[in-house]
Amino acid sequence: MTHPATMTLPPAPPTTAPQAPAAMSRVSASIGSRVLAAAVPLLLLFLAACGGGAPAAPPRTVTVLAAASLTEVFTTLGRDFETGRPGTTVVLSFAGSSSLAAQINAGAPADVFAAASMATMKPVVDAGSTAAEPVVFARNQLVIAVPRGNPRGVTGLTDLARPGVKVALCAPPVPCGAAARTALAAAGVALTPVTLEQDVKATLAKLRLGEVDAALVYRTDAAAASDQVAAVEFPESAAAVNEYPIVALAGAPNPGGAAAFVAYVRSPAGVAALSAAGFQPP
Amino acid sequence: MRTPRRRVTPDRGVSAGRGPRGLLVPAAVGLAFLVLPLVGLVLRAPWSTLPGRLADPAVLAALRLSLLTATVATAVCLVLGVPLAYLLARVPFPGRGVVRALVMLPLVLPPVVGGVALLLVLGRRGLVGSHLASWFGVSLPFTPAAVVLAEAFVAMPFLVIAVEGALRGADQRYEDAAATLGAGRWTTLGRVTLPLVAPGLAAGAVLCWARALGEFGATITFAGSFPGRTQTMPLAVYLALETDPADAVVLSLVLLGVSVAILAGLRERWLPSR
Repeated sequence: MTHPATMTLPPAPPTTAPQAPAAMSRVSASIGSRVLAAAVPLLLLFLAACGGGAPAAPPRTVTVLAAASLTEVFTTLGRDFETGRPGTTVVLSFAGSSSLAAQINAGAPADVFAAASMATMKPVVDAGSTAAEPVVFARNQLVIAVPRGNPRGVTGLTDLARPGVKVALCAPPVPCGAAARTALAAAGVALTPVTLEQDVKATLAKLRLGEVDAALVYRTDAAAASDQVAAVEFPESAAAVNEYPIVALAGAPNPGGAAAFVAYVRSPAGVAALSAAGFQPP
Repeated sequence: MRTPRRRVTPDRGVSAGRGPRGLLVPAAVGLAFLVLPLVGLVLRAPWSTLPGRLADPAVLAALRLSLLTATVATAVCLVLGVPLAYLLARVPFPGRGVVRALVMLPLVLPPVVGGVALLLVLGRRGLVGSHLASWFGVSLPFTPAAVVLAEAFVAMPFLVIAVEGALRGADQRYEDAAATLGAGRWTTLGRVTLPLVAPGLAAGAVLCWARALGEFGATITFAGSFPGRTQTMPLAVYLALETDPADAVVLSLVLLGVSVAILAGLRERWLPSR
């Protein structure tokens, strides 16, 4: 029995082979340390930038956190505000009011907060996160949103409790969910929805996707989606009218911009845009 | 033939001093970055009210739903994923690389995209879902079954990777020997191949279960959120953060405990003692 491997093994390579990796590792080590030396200051710079280090120029950005139901009208108002003040940018973030309130109290850098209920504004005021007293700038109430043509023939809240009718509501902490709960209690209707969504637009989306037969949303949301959605008014919604407060925030990076935006929303131009979207005056 | 088996380990004395010292600082920062948030979670936990908060029926409902759906999702992944892994590991066929890439896609896909895709296919008006509704009267969204599907969608690649790796590493000569001894294909699979890859299979199943337990994006998109029906632990954590942050911490602690238990159970695989 012979060992072919030992017979064919050339004598030279074993002596030269180990040198090559050694040289390579020296080169790669020096490249590595150079990369590291360059990367660490960059990383620190990045962290400093993210951490909100003092900017050189005065801030020209107004950051507005607004209830999801304000999506369309505040997008319009933000654009108009920018047009009147060249160089200013309005950054809008829409979500459920309770979610935004939690973000603000956790230190989210924002200038203005517009909520869909006094109840969701309260924790922000209580935490001392506001720069002024919140003012109510609009009111809104619920409708039953159904697909266009109302295929299930929904005429009121009692129809939503019929077997086989799938309903989406907002979660109770969100203003539209709190209002839905109040309205259903006023009507004496016990309803088991299929889902409790995090903001009114998510609730409406489940209807637009065809996954539910009806959703309790604001009149303004149904109007904004009128290409797909019809609104069924119901009397009990009068028991659950939401007041929308707006306020400049204490930690605002741009306090001047914050006050200007709040004033703009309450100006005749702002009131006209809100009323065109279907909001009621305060 | 009687030489004792020895584990080959690199000489630690030589390798320890070789790396550039400068690596120590970013390495320490990296470690702190990964560990400190979890330490903060433990430190900020409302320990005095913990038992009462854990006994809250809403918490228990979310926990029960999470454990149930993650377990069923893992079973679904085992039934469908093991044959897929076998195919990828053992059966050469044209386009195998493409199939493997497709199987791995949910691994790199944002889960919320998976949820939207599931909705468009299995939703009430979806490509398949509309037929399910009209033929069988079955509607998947907003049901625990939808939670299971969402979890299985994101978790199955973990199982397939683990089982395929184990199958590739297993010595096929045992299967050949079984075949020469007259064992049929199913017998060989059940009595030889699967026992051979059992450790990999178990690790893959646990990993799959853990991923299913943590699923958020696909679940909230495809299954919605309703307490006791589709609101799993991660959804409950997210919701609790808005209303009662202390509750969110408690729920997070439970999930952290489960994760640590998984890590402890798999320490032989992931944390080699030397």
